[in-house]
Amino acid sequence: MNVETTNASQGFLAGFFQEDGGLETIAAWLLAIVWISPLIFAAWASFHTASDALSFNLASPLTLVNYIEAWFDAPWIRYFFNTFALVTLILLGQFFFCTLAGYAFARFEFRGREVLFILVLMQLFILPEVLIVENYVIVSNLGLFDSILGIGVPYMASAFGIFLLRQAFKQVPKELEEAARIEGCGWLGILWRVYMPAARPTYLAYAMVSIATHWNNFLWPLVVTNSSDTRPLTVGLSLFAAPESGVSIVVISAATLMSIAPLLIAFLLFQRQFMQAFLRAGIR
Amino acid sequence: MISSDRHERRRMAMYGWMLLAPALIMLTTFAFLPTVSALWRSFFSRETSRNPSEFIGLENYTYLFQDPIFWQVATNNLIYAGVTIPVSIVIALSMALWANSKMQGRTFLRIAYFTPTMLPMIAAANLWLFFYTPDIGLIDSITGLFGAEPVNWLGQPETALWAIIVVTIWKEAGFYMIFYLAALQTIPPDLREAAIIEGASRWTYLRRIVLPLLMPTTLFVMINAMINSVKLIDHLFILTKGGPNNASKLLLYWIWETAFSYFDRPMAAALTVLVLAVLGLVAILQFRGLEGRIHYR
Repeated sequence: MNVETTNASQGFLAGFFQEDGGLETIAAWLLAIVWISPLIFAAWASFHTASDALSFNLASPLTLVNYIEAWFDAPWIRYFFNTFALVTLILLGQFFFCTLAGYAFARFEFRGREVLFILVLMQLFILPEVLIVENYVIVSNLGLFDSILGIGVPYMASAFGIFLLRQAFKQVPKELEEAARIEGCGWLGILWRVYMPAARPTYLAYAMVSIATHWNNFLWPLVVTNSSDTRPLTVGLSLFAAPESGVSIVVISAATLMSIAPLLIAFLLFQRQFMQAFLRAGIR
Repeated sequence: MISSDRHERRRMAMYGWMLLAPALIMLTTFAFLPTVSALWRSFFSRETSRNPSEFIGLENYTYLFQDPIFWQVATNNLIYAGVTIPVSIVIALSMALWANSKMQGRTFLRIAYFTPTMLPMIAAANLWLFFYTPDIGLIDSITGLFGAEPVNWLGQPETALWAIIVVTIWKEAGFYMIFYLAALQTIPPDLREAAIIEGASRWTYLRRIVLPLLMPTTLFVMINAMINSVKLIDHLFILTKGGPNNASKLLLYWIWETAFSYFDRPMAAALTVLVLAVLGLVAILQFRGLEGRIHYR
Protein backbone atom coordinates (compact mmCIF):
# COMPACT_ATOMS: atom_id res chain seq x y z
CA MET A 1 0.00 0.00 0.00
CA ASN A 2 2.72 2.42 0.94
CA VAL A 3 4.84 1.78 -2.06
CA GLU A 4 1.75 2.54 -4.10
CA THR A 5 1.27 5.77 -2.21
CA THR A 6 4.78 6.78 -3.14
CA ASN A 7 4.16 6.09 -6.78
CA ALA A 8 0.89 7.92 -6.60
CA SER A 9 2.52 10.97 -5.14
CA GLN A 10 5.05 10.95 -7.92
CA GLY A 11 2.18 10.71 -10.38
CA PHE A 12 0.62 13.65 -8.65
CA LEU A 13 3.90 15.45 -8.91
CA ALA A 14 3.43 15.36 -12.66
CA GLY A 15 -0.16 16.55 -12.16
CA PHE A 16 1.16 19.42 -10.11
CA PHE A 17 2.50 21.25 -13.10
CA GLN A 18 -0.77 21.44 -14.91
CA GLU A 19 -2.79 24.52 -14.17
CA ASP A 20 -5.13 22.39 -12.17
CA GLY A 21 -5.20 23.58 -8.59
CA GLY A 22 -7.96 21.18 -7.58
CA LEU A 23 -6.16 17.97 -8.40
CA GLU A 24 -3.11 19.27 -6.68
CA THR A 25 -4.93 20.18 -3.50
CA ILE A 26 -6.46 16.73 -3.38
CA ALA A 27 -3.05 15.14 -3.80
CA ALA A 28 -1.49 17.33 -1.12
CA TRP A 29 -4.26 16.54 1.33
CA LEU A 30 -4.17 12.85 0.52
CA LEU A 31 -0.47 12.74 1.27
CA ALA A 32 -1.02 14.66 4.51
CA ILE A 33 -3.71 12.24 5.60
CA VAL A 34 -1.53 9.24 4.78
CA TRP A 35 1.30 10.92 6.71
CA ILE A 36 -0.60 11.42 9.95
CA SER A 37 -2.70 8.28 9.73
CA PRO A 38 -0.32 6.07 11.76
CA LEU A 39 -0.45 8.56 14.59
CA ILE A 40 -4.20 9.14 14.36
CA PHE A 41 -4.98 5.46 14.18
CA ALA A 42 -2.75 4.56 17.10
CA ALA A 43 -4.32 7.38 19.11
CA TRP A 44 -7.81 6.12 18.28
CA ALA A 45 -6.88 2.53 19.10
CA SER A 46 -5.30 3.46 22.41
CA PHE A 47 -8.71 4.58 23.69
CA HIS A 48 -10.45 1.32 22.79
CA THR A 49 -10.30 -2.24 23.95
CA ALA A 50 -8.10 -4.56 21.93
CA SER A 51 -10.99 -6.43 20.33
CA ASP A 52 -12.80 -3.20 19.38
CA ALA A 53 -9.66 -1.62 17.99
CA LEU A 54 -8.66 -4.60 15.90
CA SER A 55 -12.13 -5.08 14.47
CA PHE A 56 -12.13 -1.36 13.59
CA ASN A 57 -15.40 -0.91 15.33
CA LEU A 58 -15.80 2.84 14.96
CA ALA A 59 -18.89 2.96 17.13
CA SER A 60 -17.25 1.28 20.11
CA PRO A 61 -17.03 3.20 23.40
CA LEU A 62 -13.96 5.09 24.54
CA THR A 63 -12.03 3.70 27.46
CA LEU A 64 -8.94 4.60 29.48
CA VAL A 65 -8.21 0.98 30.31
CA ASN A 66 -5.06 0.79 28.16
CA TYR A 67 -3.60 3.93 29.66
CA ILE A 68 -4.20 2.68 33.16
CA GLU A 69 -2.64 -0.67 32.38
CA ALA A 70 0.35 0.88 30.61
CA TRP A 71 0.88 3.39 33.38
CA PHE A 72 1.16 0.75 36.08
CA ASP A 73 3.23 -1.64 34.02
CA ALA A 74 6.43 0.38 33.95
CA PRO A 75 8.05 3.19 35.96
CA TRP A 76 7.09 5.93 33.51
CA ILE A 77 7.51 8.80 35.93
CA ARG A 78 11.08 7.69 36.47
CA TYR A 79 11.66 7.41 32.70
CA PHE A 80 10.21 10.86 32.14
CA PHE A 81 12.41 12.27 34.83
CA ASN A 82 15.50 10.54 33.36
CA THR A 83 14.79 11.86 29.88
CA PHE A 84 14.17 15.32 31.26
CA ALA A 85 17.40 15.26 33.27
CA LEU A 86 19.28 13.91 30.25
CA VAL A 87 18.18 16.58 27.76
CA THR A 88 18.80 19.33 30.32
CA LEU A 89 22.27 18.04 31.13
CA ILE A 90 23.22 17.64 27.47
CA LEU A 91 21.96 21.12 26.64
CA LEU A 92 23.89 22.76 29.48
CA GLY A 93 27.02 20.87 28.48
CA GLN A 94 26.58 21.81 24.83
CA PHE A 95 26.08 25.48 25.68
CA PHE A 96 29.22 25.48 27.79
CA PHE A 97 31.61 23.65 25.46
CA CYS A 98 30.28 25.01 22.18
CA THR A 99 30.11 28.62 23.38
CA LEU A 100 33.75 28.68 24.43
CA ALA A 101 34.97 26.91 21.31
CA GLY A 102 32.73 28.90 18.96
CA TYR A 103 33.99 32.12 20.52
CA ALA A 104 37.61 31.03 20.06
CA PHE A 105 37.05 30.19 16.39
CA ALA A 106 35.09 33.38 15.70
CA ARG A 107 37.18 36.00 17.45
CA PHE A 108 40.71 34.78 18.17
CA GLU A 109 43.59 34.68 15.72
CA PHE A 110 46.15 32.02 16.43
CA ARG A 111 48.34 29.55 14.63
CA GLY A 112 46.69 26.23 13.92
CA ARG A 113 43.16 27.62 14.08
CA GLU A 114 42.18 26.51 10.58
CA VAL A 115 43.56 23.01 11.09
CA LEU A 116 41.71 22.68 14.37
CA PHE A 117 38.50 23.88 12.78
CA ILE A 118 38.71 21.24 10.07
CA LEU A 119 39.43 18.67 12.75
CA VAL A 120 36.30 19.75 14.61
CA LEU A 121 34.23 19.58 11.42
CA MET A 122 35.46 16.03 10.89
CA GLN A 123 33.48 15.07 13.95
CA LEU A 124 30.28 15.76 11.99
CA PHE A 125 30.92 12.47 10.24
CA ILE A 126 32.25 10.47 13.14
CA LEU A 127 28.78 9.76 14.42
CA PRO A 128 28.50 8.93 18.11
CA GLU A 129 26.02 6.24 17.03
CA VAL A 130 28.70 4.42 15.04
CA LEU A 131 31.17 4.56 17.92
CA ILE A 132 28.92 2.77 20.41
CA VAL A 133 31.39 -0.09 20.91
CA GLU A 134 34.39 2.05 21.76
CA ASN A 135 32.48 4.71 23.67
CA TYR A 136 30.93 1.98 25.79
CA VAL A 137 34.45 0.99 26.86
CA ILE A 138 35.51 4.60 27.46
CA VAL A 139 32.41 5.53 29.43
CA SER A 140 32.73 2.36 31.50
CA ASN A 141 36.38 3.13 32.22
CA LEU A 142 35.42 6.60 33.36
CA GLY A 143 33.02 4.97 35.81
CA LEU A 144 30.02 6.53 34.09
CA PHE A 145 28.28 3.35 32.93
CA ASP A 146 24.56 3.38 33.74
CA SER A 147 24.46 7.05 34.69
CA ILE A 148 22.66 10.01 33.12
CA LEU A 149 25.99 11.75 32.72
CA GLY A 150 27.33 8.69 30.91
CA ILE A 151 24.51 8.90 28.35
CA GLY A 152 25.00 12.61 27.80
CA VAL A 153 28.73 13.07 27.81
CA PRO A 154 29.58 11.97 24.22
CA TYR A 155 27.19 14.57 22.82
CA MET A 156 28.29 17.61 24.80
CA ALA A 157 31.09 18.90 22.59
CA SER A 158 29.09 18.94 19.40
CA ALA A 159 30.93 20.00 16.25
CA PHE A 160 27.70 21.28 14.88
CA GLY A 161 27.03 23.44 17.91
CA ILE A 162 30.53 24.88 17.65
CA PHE A 163 30.03 25.62 13.97
CA LEU A 164 26.64 27.22 14.55
CA LEU A 165 27.78 29.47 17.38
CA ARG A 166 30.91 30.47 15.52
CA GLN A 167 28.69 31.67 12.66
CA ALA A 168 26.44 33.56 15.07
CA PHE A 169 29.36 35.22 16.86
CA LYS A 170 30.95 36.22 13.57
CA GLN A 171 27.89 38.26 12.66
CA VAL A 172 28.12 40.43 15.76
CA PRO A 173 29.38 43.91 14.80
CA LYS A 174 32.89 44.63 16.06
CA GLU A 175 31.79 48.04 17.34
CA LEU A 176 29.78 46.42 20.13
CA GLU A 177 32.87 44.61 21.27
CA GLU A 178 34.98 47.78 21.11
CA ALA A 179 32.43 49.65 23.23
CA ALA A 180 32.43 46.94 25.86
CA ARG A 181 36.21 46.89 25.93
CA ILE A 182 36.36 50.65 26.48
CA GLU A 183 34.07 50.11 29.44
CA GLY A 184 36.70 47.78 30.83
CA CYS A 185 35.30 44.33 30.05
CA GLY A 186 37.73 41.42 29.79
CA TRP A 187 37.46 38.67 27.15
CA LEU A 188 35.03 36.59 29.13
CA GLY A 189 33.04 39.67 30.07
CA ILE A 190 32.70 40.54 26.39
CA LEU A 191 31.53 37.02 25.63
CA TRP A 192 28.98 37.15 28.43
CA ARG A 193 27.72 40.70 27.87
CA VAL A 194 28.01 41.14 24.11
CA TYR A 195 28.25 37.91 22.17
CA MET A 196 25.94 35.59 24.05
CA PRO A 197 23.02 38.06 24.19
CA ALA A 198 23.48 38.81 20.49
CA ALA A 199 23.40 35.10 19.62
CA ARG A 200 20.21 34.44 21.59
CA PRO A 201 18.12 33.33 18.56
CA THR A 202 20.82 30.83 17.65
CA TYR A 203 20.90 29.48 21.19
CA LEU A 204 17.15 29.10 21.15
CA ALA A 205 17.12 27.28 17.81
CA TYR A 206 19.95 25.03 18.89
CA ALA A 207 18.19 24.27 22.17
CA MET A 208 15.01 23.22 20.40
CA VAL A 209 16.83 20.90 18.03
CA SER A 210 19.01 19.49 20.77
CA ILE A 211 16.05 18.76 23.04
CA ALA A 212 14.06 17.14 20.24
CA THR A 213 17.05 15.05 19.16
CA HIS A 214 18.01 13.77 22.57
CA TRP A 215 14.47 13.27 23.74
CA ASN A 216 14.21 10.83 20.84
CA ASN A 217 17.64 9.25 20.98
CA PHE A 218 17.71 5.52 21.54
CA LEU A 219 20.68 3.40 20.50
CA TRP A 220 23.41 4.87 22.69
CA PRO A 221 21.20 5.11 25.79
CA LEU A 222 20.25 1.47 25.18
CA VAL A 223 23.91 0.47 25.20
CA VAL A 224 24.97 2.47 28.21
CA THR A 225 22.03 2.04 30.60
CA ASN A 226 21.20 -0.99 32.63
CA SER A 227 18.55 -0.03 35.16
CA SER A 228 15.28 1.83 35.37
CA ASP A 229 17.04 4.49 37.45
CA THR A 230 18.81 5.82 34.38
CA ARG A 231 16.78 4.55 31.43
CA PRO A 232 15.29 7.30 29.29
CA LEU A 233 11.77 7.08 27.88
CA THR A 234 12.77 5.66 24.50
CA VAL A 235 14.63 2.71 26.03
CA GLY A 236 11.82 2.14 28.53
CA LEU A 237 9.30 2.18 25.71
CA SER A 238 11.33 -0.28 23.63
CA LEU A 239 11.48 -2.76 26.51
CA PHE A 240 7.79 -2.31 27.09
CA ALA A 241 6.92 -2.85 23.43
CA ALA A 242 9.35 -5.67 22.71
CA PRO A 243 7.48 -8.52 20.97
CA GLU A 244 8.53 -10.98 23.68
CA SER A 245 6.96 -8.84 26.41
CA GLY A 246 3.55 -10.05 25.24
CA VAL A 247 1.83 -6.74 25.90
CA SER A 248 -1.30 -6.09 23.86
CA ILE A 249 -0.81 -3.75 20.93
CA VAL A 250 -3.40 -1.27 22.19
CA VAL A 251 -1.57 -0.98 25.50
CA ILE A 252 1.67 -0.41 23.55
CA SER A 253 -0.15 2.34 21.68
CA ALA A 254 -1.23 3.96 24.91
CA ALA A 255 2.33 3.85 26.23
CA THR A 256 3.67 5.23 22.95
CA LEU A 257 1.19 8.09 22.91
CA MET A 258 2.00 8.83 26.54
CA SER A 259 5.70 9.05 25.92
CA ILE A 260 5.48 11.22 22.82
CA ALA A 261 2.79 13.52 24.20
CA PRO A 262 5.01 16.19 25.83
CA LEU A 263 7.19 16.75 22.78
CA LEU A 264 4.27 16.47 20.39
CA ILE A 265 2.20 19.04 22.29
CA ALA A 266 5.18 21.36 22.48
CA PHE A 267 5.63 20.95 18.74
CA LEU A 268 1.98 21.66 17.95
CA LEU A 269 2.05 24.80 20.09
CA PHE A 270 5.31 26.11 18.64
CA GLN A 271 5.39 24.39 15.27
CA ARG A 272 6.63 27.44 13.40
CA GLN A 273 9.48 28.01 15.85
CA PHE A 274 10.39 24.32 15.79
CA MET A 275 10.61 24.23 12.01
CA GLN A 276 12.61 27.46 11.99
CA ALA A 277 14.92 25.95 14.58
CA PHE A 278 15.47 22.76 12.61
CA LEU A 279 16.16 24.89 9.60
CA ARG A 280 18.73 27.04 11.36
CA ALA A 281 20.44 24.11 12.95
CA GLY A 282 20.15 21.95 9.86
CA ILE A 283 22.24 18.96 10.81
CA ARG A 284 21.08 17.25 13.95
CA MET B 1 55.01 49.41 20.49
CA ILE B 2 55.91 46.47 18.29
CA SER B 3 56.77 44.31 21.25
CA SER B 4 53.48 45.12 22.93
CA ASP B 5 51.74 44.19 19.69
CA ARG B 6 53.45 40.84 19.69
CA HIS B 7 52.67 40.47 23.34
CA GLU B 8 49.01 41.15 22.55
CA ARG B 9 49.02 38.54 19.77
CA ARG B 10 50.52 35.96 22.01
CA ARG B 11 47.92 36.66 24.64
CA MET B 12 45.19 36.26 22.03
CA ALA B 13 46.62 32.91 20.99
CA MET B 14 46.79 31.75 24.56
CA TYR B 15 43.19 32.78 25.17
CA GLY B 16 42.10 31.05 21.98
CA TRP B 17 43.69 27.78 22.99
CA MET B 18 42.33 28.03 26.49
CA LEU B 19 38.80 28.55 25.22
CA LEU B 20 39.15 25.63 22.83
CA ALA B 21 40.70 23.24 25.31
CA PRO B 22 37.51 21.94 27.00
CA ALA B 23 35.77 21.14 23.71
CA LEU B 24 38.91 19.61 22.23
CA ILE B 25 39.38 17.36 25.24
CA MET B 26 35.77 16.17 24.91
CA LEU B 27 35.99 15.67 21.15
CA THR B 28 39.22 13.76 21.55
CA THR B 29 37.80 11.52 24.26
CA PHE B 30 34.53 10.66 22.56
CA ALA B 31 35.26 10.97 18.84
CA PHE B 32 38.92 10.87 17.81
CA LEU B 33 40.23 8.49 20.44
CA PRO B 34 37.44 5.92 19.91
CA THR B 35 38.06 6.08 16.17
CA VAL B 36 41.73 5.25 16.67
CA SER B 37 40.98 2.59 19.27
CA ALA B 38 38.41 0.94 16.98
CA LEU B 39 41.07 0.70 14.29
CA TRP B 40 43.57 -0.69 16.79
CA ARG B 41 41.11 -3.18 18.27
CA SER B 42 40.15 -4.47 14.84
CA PHE B 43 43.68 -5.91 14.41
CA PHE B 44 43.29 -8.23 17.39
CA SER B 45 41.53 -11.53 17.90
CA ARG B 46 38.64 -12.00 20.22
CA GLU B 47 39.47 -12.76 23.82
CA THR B 48 38.03 -16.06 25.01
CA SER B 49 38.30 -17.91 28.29
CA ARG B 50 41.06 -20.06 26.77
CA ASN B 51 42.92 -17.68 24.50
CA PRO B 52 43.93 -14.15 25.29
CA SER B 53 43.47 -11.53 22.59
CA GLU B 54 46.40 -11.41 20.17
CA PHE B 55 47.51 -9.40 17.18
CA ILE B 56 46.18 -10.95 13.96
CA GLY B 57 46.61 -8.11 11.47
CA LEU B 58 43.87 -7.94 8.86
CA GLU B 59 42.32 -11.32 9.65
CA ASN B 60 39.11 -9.83 11.00
CA TYR B 61 38.67 -7.98 7.74
CA THR B 62 39.40 -10.98 5.55
CA TYR B 63 36.96 -12.99 7.64
CA LEU B 64 34.31 -10.32 7.16
CA PHE B 65 34.84 -10.15 3.41
CA GLN B 66 34.40 -13.91 3.20
CA ASP B 67 31.30 -13.88 5.36
CA PRO B 68 28.12 -14.08 3.27
CA ILE B 69 26.19 -12.36 6.06
CA PHE B 70 28.45 -9.34 5.73
CA TRP B 71 27.66 -9.05 2.04
CA GLN B 72 24.00 -9.50 2.72
CA VAL B 73 23.95 -6.79 5.38
CA ALA B 74 26.02 -4.45 3.18
CA THR B 75 23.65 -5.07 0.26
CA ASN B 76 20.66 -4.45 2.52
CA ASN B 77 22.17 -1.16 3.60
CA LEU B 78 22.85 -0.19 -0.02
CA ILE B 79 19.24 -0.94 -0.97
CA TYR B 80 18.09 0.94 2.13
CA ALA B 81 20.14 3.99 1.14
CA GLY B 82 19.44 3.66 -2.57
CA VAL B 83 15.67 3.65 -2.05
CA THR B 84 15.16 5.92 0.97
CA ILE B 85 17.38 8.75 -0.33
CA PRO B 86 15.78 9.44 -3.74
CA VAL B 87 12.21 8.66 -2.65
CA SER B 88 12.49 10.86 0.46
CA ILE B 89 13.89 13.68 -1.69
CA VAL B 90 11.12 13.46 -4.29
CA ILE B 91 8.41 13.36 -1.64
CA ALA B 92 10.06 16.17 0.35
CA LEU B 93 10.19 18.31 -2.76
CA SER B 94 6.52 17.77 -3.57
CA MET B 95 5.61 18.47 0.06
CA ALA B 96 7.56 21.72 -0.05
CA LEU B 97 5.99 22.81 -3.33
CA TRP B 98 2.54 22.14 -1.93
CA ALA B 99 3.19 23.71 1.45
CA ASN B 100 4.57 26.74 -0.35
CA SER B 101 1.67 27.17 -2.78
CA LYS B 102 -1.44 29.21 -2.09
CA MET B 103 -3.40 26.14 -1.16
CA GLN B 104 -6.20 25.70 1.35
CA GLY B 105 -4.92 24.63 4.75
CA ARG B 106 -1.22 25.12 4.03
CA THR B 107 -0.36 25.23 7.72
CA PHE B 108 -2.11 21.96 8.39
CA LEU B 109 -0.25 20.33 5.52
CA ARG B 110 3.06 21.53 6.85
CA ILE B 111 2.33 20.25 10.33
CA ALA B 112 1.07 16.92 9.05
CA TYR B 113 4.16 16.39 6.91
CA PHE B 114 6.58 17.41 9.63
CA THR B 115 5.03 15.61 12.61
CA PRO B 116 6.74 12.22 12.05
CA THR B 117 10.11 13.99 12.30
CA MET B 118 9.34 14.95 15.88
CA LEU B 119 8.66 11.40 17.04
CA PRO B 120 11.26 9.01 18.39
CA MET B 121 11.94 6.24 15.89
CA ILE B 122 10.96 3.72 18.57
CA ALA B 123 7.54 5.33 18.88
CA ALA B 124 7.19 5.47 15.10
CA ALA B 125 7.92 1.74 14.93
CA ASN B 126 5.20 1.07 17.51
CA LEU B 127 2.69 3.08 15.49
CA TRP B 128 3.55 1.13 12.35
CA LEU B 129 3.10 -2.19 14.12
CA PHE B 130 -0.62 -1.56 13.66
CA PHE B 131 -0.19 -1.49 9.93
CA TYR B 132 2.13 -4.41 9.62
CA THR B 133 0.65 -6.95 12.01
CA PRO B 134 -0.43 -9.88 9.87
CA ASP B 135 -4.12 -10.61 9.57
CA ILE B 136 -5.31 -8.03 12.10
CA GLY B 137 -3.09 -5.16 10.97
CA LEU B 138 -4.56 -2.24 9.06
CA ILE B 139 -2.91 -3.06 5.73
CA ASP B 140 -4.20 -6.61 5.71
CA SER B 141 -7.62 -5.49 6.84
CA ILE B 142 -7.84 -3.10 3.90
CA THR B 143 -6.42 -5.49 1.33
CA GLY B 144 -8.63 -8.20 2.86
CA LEU B 145 -11.67 -6.19 1.84
CA PHE B 146 -10.58 -6.83 -1.74
CA GLY B 147 -10.11 -10.49 -0.99
CA ALA B 148 -6.30 -10.44 -0.73
CA GLU B 149 -4.56 -12.99 1.45
CA PRO B 150 -3.01 -11.67 4.67
CA VAL B 151 0.69 -10.97 4.31
CA ASN B 152 3.26 -11.24 7.07
CA TRP B 153 5.00 -8.01 6.09
CA LEU B 154 7.66 -8.11 8.78
CA GLY B 155 8.04 -11.87 8.93
CA GLN B 156 9.06 -12.74 5.40
CA PRO B 157 12.43 -12.01 3.78
CA GLU B 158 10.91 -10.49 0.61
CA THR B 159 9.06 -7.70 2.40
CA ALA B 160 10.80 -7.09 5.75
CA LEU B 161 13.42 -4.65 4.45
CA TRP B 162 10.77 -2.79 2.44
CA ALA B 163 8.62 -2.40 5.52
CA ILE B 164 11.62 -0.83 7.27
CA ILE B 165 12.27 1.44 4.28
CA VAL B 166 8.70 2.74 4.27
CA VAL B 167 8.90 3.76 7.93
CA THR B 168 12.19 5.58 7.30
CA ILE B 169 10.79 7.53 4.35
CA TRP B 170 7.71 8.40 6.36
CA LYS B 171 9.84 9.70 9.19
CA GLU B 172 12.41 11.67 7.18
CA ALA B 173 10.61 13.24 4.20
CA GLY B 174 9.02 15.98 6.30
CA PHE B 175 12.38 16.87 7.78
CA TYR B 176 13.91 17.39 4.35
CA MET B 177 10.82 19.34 3.30
CA ILE B 178 11.72 22.30 5.52
CA PHE B 179 15.04 22.81 3.72
CA TYR B 180 13.24 22.90 0.39
CA LEU B 181 10.61 25.23 1.84
CA ALA B 182 13.29 27.64 2.96
CA ALA B 183 15.01 27.48 -0.41
CA LEU B 184 11.74 28.04 -2.28
CA GLN B 185 11.07 31.15 -0.24
CA THR B 186 14.33 32.70 -1.39
CA ILE B 187 13.42 32.41 -5.09
CA PRO B 188 12.51 35.91 -6.28
CA PRO B 189 8.87 36.11 -7.44
CA ASP B 190 9.76 38.11 -10.56
CA LEU B 191 11.42 35.01 -12.01
CA ARG B 192 8.04 33.44 -11.98
CA GLU B 193 6.38 36.44 -13.54
CA ALA B 194 9.01 36.53 -16.24
CA ALA B 195 8.38 32.86 -16.95
CA ILE B 196 4.64 33.48 -17.21
CA ILE B 197 5.19 36.42 -19.60
CA GLU B 198 7.45 34.23 -21.70
CA GLY B 199 4.58 31.77 -21.85
CA ALA B 200 6.44 28.97 -20.12
CA SER B 201 4.31 26.22 -18.62
CA ARG B 202 4.60 25.52 -14.91
CA TRP B 203 6.39 22.32 -15.72
CA THR B 204 9.02 24.20 -17.73
CA TYR B 205 9.33 26.85 -15.03
CA LEU B 206 9.86 24.16 -12.44
CA ARG B 207 12.32 22.15 -14.47
CA ARG B 208 14.31 25.05 -15.89
CA ILE B 209 14.29 27.52 -13.03
CA VAL B 210 13.17 26.06 -9.70
CA LEU B 211 14.98 22.73 -9.76
CA PRO B 212 18.37 24.20 -10.77
CA LEU B 213 18.02 26.81 -8.04
CA LEU B 214 17.26 24.05 -5.55
CA MET B 215 20.37 22.09 -6.50
CA PRO B 216 22.48 23.16 -3.48
CA THR B 217 19.58 22.24 -1.18
CA THR B 218 19.26 18.87 -2.88
CA LEU B 219 22.94 18.24 -2.31
CA PHE B 220 22.67 19.24 1.34
CA VAL B 221 19.63 17.02 1.85
CA MET B 222 21.34 14.16 0.06
CA ILE B 223 24.35 14.29 2.39
CA ASN B 224 21.99 14.33 5.36
CA ALA B 225 20.05 11.40 3.97
CA MET B 226 23.26 9.44 3.37
CA ILE B 227 24.27 9.92 6.99
CA ASN B 228 20.78 8.92 8.08
CA SER B 229 20.89 5.72 6.06
CA VAL B 230 23.73 4.66 8.34
CA LYS B 231 22.24 6.07 11.52
CA LEU B 232 18.53 5.31 11.39
CA ILE B 233 18.13 1.77 12.65
CA ASP B 234 16.11 2.14 15.85
CA HIS B 235 12.94 0.74 14.29
CA LEU B 236 14.69 -2.56 13.61
CA PHE B 237 14.67 -3.22 17.35
CA ILE B 238 10.88 -3.14 17.39
CA LEU B 239 9.83 -4.28 13.95
CA THR B 240 12.14 -7.04 12.72
CA LYS B 241 15.32 -7.32 14.82
CA GLY B 242 17.11 -7.58 11.49
CA GLY B 243 15.26 -10.73 10.58
CA PRO B 244 13.91 -12.90 9.21
CA ASN B 245 17.19 -14.59 8.39
CA ASN B 246 19.14 -11.28 8.19
CA ALA B 247 16.82 -10.04 5.45
CA SER B 248 16.37 -6.62 7.03
CA LYS B 249 19.65 -6.33 8.95
CA LEU B 250 21.55 -3.06 8.54
CA LEU B 251 25.19 -2.32 9.33
CA LEU B 252 24.79 -0.33 12.52
CA TYR B 253 22.32 -2.82 13.94
CA TRP B 254 24.79 -5.57 13.13
CA ILE B 255 27.58 -3.67 14.90
CA TRP B 256 25.37 -3.45 17.96
CA GLU B 257 24.48 -7.14 17.74
CA THR B 258 28.09 -8.26 17.23
CA ALA B 259 29.30 -6.23 20.18
CA PHE B 260 26.47 -6.61 22.67
CA SER B 261 24.78 -9.92 21.79
CA TYR B 262 27.74 -11.98 20.56
CA PHE B 263 30.35 -10.04 22.55
CA ASP B 264 32.77 -10.11 19.64
CA ARG B 265 34.27 -6.68 20.12
CA PRO B 266 37.16 -6.92 17.65
CA MET B 267 34.79 -7.89 14.85
CA ALA B 268 32.44 -5.08 15.82
CA ALA B 269 35.45 -2.75 15.76
CA ALA B 270 36.36 -3.89 12.24
CA LEU B 271 32.78 -3.18 11.13
CA THR B 272 32.92 0.21 12.83
CA VAL B 273 36.08 1.06 10.89
CA LEU B 274 34.42 0.11 7.61
CA VAL B 275 31.37 2.24 8.34
CA LEU B 276 33.56 5.18 9.36
CA ALA B 277 35.49 4.81 6.09
CA VAL B 278 32.23 5.11 4.15
CA LEU B 279 31.24 8.15 6.19
CA GLY B 280 34.65 9.61 5.43
CA LEU B 281 33.89 9.35 1.73
CA VAL B 282 30.60 11.15 2.32
CA ALA B 283 32.53 13.83 4.20
CA ILE B 284 34.85 14.39 1.25
CA LEU B 285 31.80 14.71 -0.97
CA GLN B 286 30.33 17.25 1.41
CA PHE B 287 33.43 19.41 1.65
CA ARG B 288 33.72 19.46 -2.11
CA GLY B 289 30.07 20.22 -2.69
CA LEU B 290 29.33 22.54 0.18
CA GLU B 291 32.55 24.52 0.30
CA GLY B 292 30.79 27.59 -1.01
CA ARG B 293 27.94 27.18 1.40
CA ILE B 294 30.08 26.87 4.48
CA HIS B 295 31.77 30.19 3.75
CA TYR B 296 28.80 32.30 2.97
CA ARG B 297 26.44 31.04 5.67
